[in-house]
Amino acid sequence: MSTTSIAYEPVIGLEIHVQLSTRTKMFCGCELSFGDPPNTHTCAVCLGLPGALPVVNARAIHYALMVGLALGCELAPRSIFHRKNYFYPDLPKGYQISQYDIPICSGGHLGDVRIHRAHLEEDAAKLIHVGASGRIHGADSSVVDYNRGGTPLVEIVTEPDVHSAAQAREWLTLLRTTLRQLGVSDVNMEEGSLRCDANVSIRPVGSDVLGTKTELKNMNSFRYLERGVDAEIARQIAIVEGGGEVVQETLHYDPVSGAISSLRSKEEAHDYRYFPEPDLVPIVLTEEMIAAAKAELPELPAQRAERYETELGLSADSARLLSFRPELGDYFEAALASAPTGRTSEPLAGESPQVLANWISGELIARIGDEDPAQSKVEPVAIAKLVALVRARAVTQGAAKQVLDKLVADGGDPAAIVEAEGLGAIGGGDELAEVVRRALESDPDAVAKLKGGNMKAIGPIVGFVMRETKGRADGGEVTRIVREQLGL
Amino acid sequence: MIDRAQVLHVARLARLDLTDAEVGTMTRELSAVLDHIEKIGELDLDDVQPTSHVVDVVNALRPDEPRPSLPRELALSQAPEVVDDGFGVPSPGATAGASS
Amino acid sequence: MSALELIALSAAQAAEQVRAGHVDPAELFDAYRSRAAADEAAGEQGLNAYTWVADATPDTSAARASALGGVPLAIKDLFSTKGIPSQSASKILEGYRPPYTATVVERLEQAGATVLGKTNQDEFAMGSSNENSAFGPVRNPWDRERVPGGSSGGSAAAVAAGLAPWALGTDTGGSIRQPAALSGIVGMKPTYGSVSRYGMIAFASSLDQAGPLTRDVTDAALMLRHMIGKDHCDSTSLQFPEAIELPRGVDLKGIRLGVPAELTGDGIESGVREAFEATLALAEQLGASIEPINLPHAPHALSAYYLIAPAEASANLARFDGVRYGLRADADDLLGMYMKTRAEGFGPEVKRRIMLGTYALSSGYYDAYYGRAQKVRTKISDDFTTAFEKVDLVVTPTAPTVAFRLGEKTADPLEMYLQDVCTVPMSLAGIPAISIPNGLSAGLPVGFQLAGPAFSENRLLRAAYVLEQALGFDGTGVRS
Ligand SMILES: [Mg+2]
Ligand SMILES: [Zn+2]
Repeated sequence: MSTTSIAYEPVIGLEIHVQLSTRTKMFCGCELSFGDPPNTHTCAVCLGLPGALPVVNARAIHYALMVGLALGCELAPRSIFHRKNYFYPDLPKGYQISQYDIPICSGGHLGDVRIHRAHLEEDAAKLIHVGASGRIHGADSSVVDYNRGGTPLVEIVTEPDVHSAAQAREWLTLLRTTLRQLGVSDVNMEEGSLRCDANVSIRPVGSDVLGTKTELKNMNSFRYLERGVDAEIARQIAIVEGGGEVVQETLHYDPVSGAISSLRSKEEAHDYRYFPEPDLVPIVLTEEMIAAAKAELPELPAQRAERYETELGLSADSARLLSFRPELGDYFEAALASAPTGRTSEPLAGESPQVLANWISGELIARIGDEDPAQSKVEPVAIAKLVALVRARAVTQGAAKQVLDKLVADGGDPAAIVEAEGLGAIGGGDELAEVVRRALESDPDAVAKLKGGNMKAIGPIVGFVMRETKGRADGGEVTRIVREQLGL
Repeated sequence: MIDRAQVLHVARLARLDLTDAEVGTMTRELSAVLDHIEKIGELDLDDVQPTSHVVDVVNALRPDEPRPSLPRELALSQAPEVVDDGFGVPSPGATAGASS
Repeated sequence: MSALELIALSAAQAAEQVRAGHVDPAELFDAYRSRAAADEAAGEQGLNAYTWVADATPDTSAARASALGGVPLAIKDLFSTKGIPSQSASKILEGYRPPYTATVVERLEQAGATVLGKTNQDEFAMGSSNENSAFGPVRNPWDRERVPGGSSGGSAAAVAAGLAPWALGTDTGGSIRQPAALSGIVGMKPTYGSVSRYGMIAFASSLDQAGPLTRDVTDAALMLRHMIGKDHCDSTSLQFPEAIELPRGVDLKGIRLGVPAELTGDGIESGVREAFEATLALAEQLGASIEPINLPHAPHALSAYYLIAPAEASANLARFDGVRYGLRADADDLLGMYMKTRAEGFGPEVKRRIMLGTYALSSGYYDAYYGRAQKVRTKISDDFTTAFEKVDLVVTPTAPTVAFRLGEKTADPLEMYLQDVCTVPMSLAGIPAISIPNGLSAGLPVGFQLAGPAFSENRLLRAAYVLEQALGFDGTGVRS
């Protein structure tokens, strides 16, 4: 970027469609399905047969309330459904039943992004392009599968509080974790149970005027979301710097080519003709409905992270890392609760939850990747004991990593492994002094430098000791003995 | 009053292909009906709540329990065009778009 | 019993005779079936009351033990009946046979009614003359050059002419009451929500309500008794607070009848007004008090109705798109397919209302049209609430005229819309109303409408019954 160019700040709002994991559809008793043969989950209602009428799924309301509570939204005491009218083959009635001026949830926030609203609606069916079939003068044909049509959706709309593609991705990860923990959705982007659109605009840094926004549709993975938004920001900057103006339009990001293309022509301006759905009656929340939703709320990632920070003194990074993958948090808490007893029963107090957190989020994840640690061979109590051994200086960091390798491979008790493998730390006794003596003997050069005051020369000495002891020596102790033996 | 251009716009929204003659008739007839209807514009309705339901029912909810779906053959039995176990339609082409 | 003797029985009488073992339900069915089939075969030379007639006698083995004794029932085409054409008299639903049956039909069948046939109607129930049908117009049995009213014109004509003992219809702004009036029979629109709409091909969801078209008030009560009830498939349906009783009584002592100035003045033709006033005098003799009342917003009811109903219809009829059922026009692309299918499939009145409704909801016009109409609706309901503090029932002529000539009003939609001026206010308020035959004017039937507060059906039926008995209307002349 040249020195004369202005810096731009992206302003991003997200619209997320979440398929609820109810058993049946939003307005009929057809079972939800993914991947079943086409048109095997349809009925008069979700096919839009003449005369059929919708009836609201109680669990969809319940789930929407849970989402609203989790996002700190205000719950509408009375909300209604509207018809959103447009023609498309994936929309059997010619309108989508959705909430319009009175959504069931409004306001709220998740992390540092404010929520504008969250409302209930029904999903569209699936339109599959099958290419030329020769049906009418060789015209192109498409096929509709109504299995998905009518799946309950919660649409979550954020305020434009996101300012980078990376932040969008990170926030969406937090949302996904939150929803997964609520148990209201499969939140699988590839399968379409979590879908994200982004409203993107740019403005000069420091300005508080909103630029013209574009809507980037249906990015079906976290990576594509980040790339797509980045590409759109770059496109808009290029337009503005080239003296042009961003046009308000709906765009499609092609993850393969990286290209962004317009999805609708302007003359297809939409006029959805919203009006209150006369086939449905208002949803009026009762104390019981709200209490039932509250009762099922688990501790959510953002709350958990806060608790880890304030109650356990974890760093913000550790707290988020453990909280945003709830299975890690659960494992961490199980380990924390299994206070080791006996010889190594030094309490895990003070900064030790942080040490345990580091071992789990660092060393353990490095070994098991995305696997749920509860499914690994490393019992929570085992990693807790291992950390206790390290903290008691009974094993060194290096040796402990070897113990962890063993635990991941075969499970077992860390103390027993230390015993069997002879990985116990060589304490301050004669054994370590003897190894240090040999090390100093083998490297007069280093000894001379050390005596000359160059403490950096201790490296090869420590390295020698570690090799000789297979890592069982404590680095600090080695340094102390070196100083002692050289009279420094 | 409604003019020809509005009639054409509304016909497009409603997906009705009107002939030239129909556009003319429609413009005339709708204008006459709207002239009559527009008398409600004279009423003072500022503080009046709109009625969209006359029934005093709320929370008509259904338990989340599956009910049998239609056999596919029956679901497809009335379709003008069946392709690959689905409802065949001409491709939307570039101009129309989905939304959700 | 001979076929003519069977036909002479009212539905309630026929049901009693079957239950008592005096009438064979299969014979009863066949007597009507052959009459209905003959009319169907005559096409537009006949009354053209039916769009489909049963081709066989149903199993009537359980009829004797049932409440309705296997009495055959004619059903307006727009009710979904499994495996039986249900086309709402529209070309766009040509050949459509639904995979399910409307709740109200199911209920009546469970009570022992048997499906005799489907009756002609105005396309998608849009009309007041039954001239807007893809199957051609229905003729009035009192004068075949005249309309039977609409939209339940086929049901009304079939009952009046003895082609069915009774029939099921729907009323959105008067579509049961007005044809009942023009055809000299009884027609009732129940309280909105008391009968399930599930399976009724929708015209205007917030107004549509199924109801009986019958020879007499007792039959209307009997049919209604087996129609009402909450349906879990219709969110707007509700539990009727009491059972429907068969009406009895000989006087109207203590009943206050309100006569709204706005619905009984100009615009009611003189013969109809004279008949109305004569019946008011009769009611007074029977012990009723007659009170002048006002429904100040009633003059705006038609305007509100012609915004609300078309707006809802424009969305309700969007599903007719050539994809899952019904007509499909050939076209190269999707947009063309939609535009042509709907252009070919819908008749002129349906197109007009879709256009009107789409316009009323479109961006920039909602508040001025649809939004305002909903407020007018509130005012009309309030007017009735106020009226019912003073009176027990509101009475008006059902329609402002007697049956008019075929083609007489087709050129001017507004003229046609005025047919519903007295029936639309009750529809907007969701309250029950009944039309009973009120004698003849120039040889053609006139209707007398009674309306009551929500759920006052028993009161309404009783008053209608007493008047019916006192009036002694004779409709047998057109049933032979
Ligand atoms: Mg949406
Ligand atoms: Zn379904």
